Amino acid sequence: MHYTSVSLPSSIIGMLLLTLLLKLGWIKPAWVKGIADFLVKTLPFYFVPAGVAVMLYFDLIASSLWPIVVASAVSTVIVLVVTGWTHQFIRNRSKKTRDTLKSTEL
Amino acid sequence: MNGIFQNEVVVVAFTFIIYFLAQKLQAKTGFILLNPILITIIIIIAFLMIFNIDYESYHQGSKYIDFLLKPAVVALGVPLYRQLEVIRKQALAIVISQLAGCIAGIVSVVLIAKLMGASREIIFSLAPKSVTTPIAIEISRSIGGIAPLTASVVIVVGIFGAVFGYSILKLTGVKNPISQSLSMGNAAHAIGTSKSMEISAGFGAMSSIGLIVNGIFTAVLAPYVLKLMGIWIVF
Repeated sequence: MHYTSVSLPSSIIGMLLLTLLLKLGWIKPAWVKGIADFLVKTLPFYFVPAGVAVMLYFDLIASSLWPIVVASAVSTVIVLVVTGWTHQFIRNRSKKTRDTLKSTEL
Repeated sequence: MNGIFQNEVVVVAFTFIIYFLAQKLQAKTGFILLNPILITIIIIIAFLMIFNIDYESYHQGSKYIDFLLKPAVVALGVPLYRQLEVIRKQALAIVISQLAGCIAGIVSVVLIAKLMGASREIIFSLAPKSVTTPIAIEISRSIGGIAPLTASVVIVVGIFGAVFGYSILKLTGVKNPISQSLSMGNAAHAIGTSKSMEISAGFGAMSSIGLIVNGIFTAVLAPYVLKLMGIWIVF
């Protein structure tokens, strides 16, 4: 049942709500710390079943193996470089602005 | 064998024991290719195939493990809350670079897969490939991908990024260590983060910000990016 047009997965909405409520102080970190730390620490275990289900799709994957491998590998390199360059560029720029501000103050 | 595997307790215990041993194995060897999840998945699939157990009977029990995935993703709100202060201090650089990386990742993987002739469901399964597995599975399910394919691709991408990520960054002139670790988290999620963690706790923390922020951005943006691309491309 969808009450809104948002297609965000319910668990992500839950995660953002939890962060917001912690930030607002309506939920105290101490109340959720135990269970949350346990769930985060054991998180990888919960997606083993989803991974095992890949055996149902072996034929489909075999028929598109190259698109899957090439697209994922090339795109991963692109993500690394785009994120790195953008972050480095903004940091260098804001540093330069700060330096110029400092020198004009002097 | 099918009979025993219809018992939920047996399935959960079996999965847990394999995972536990796989974790021990990696802790002992420190070898990145021996990713515990990957090893667990491979061993369980091999076991099911050798003993001719169909996936459905395994799933009868394993759905109790799967059930905890959503609460565990919600629990990620706690580490996110703990990082809020760091994110706020460098908000502009983090938000813009993560946004750029997120969109570049979705657009490039979709375009390349499409050009190479992949089907719609495979393209949609690849769209969230840079995001941490639990979030990627949730995104894949909601946009109509094949979640198990997404999960496997994400893990392999993470290993690829962890092994080659820092060399690729250095080769392409990304020298700032903060930019490097942020990119590792963005592109190679939790596995890239554990690689950064090996270098220092500070690198690890920065990577974990990358991984969680990209998770949120991709969850929010992927449906819209795919819709926009759908105007020009017929999936």
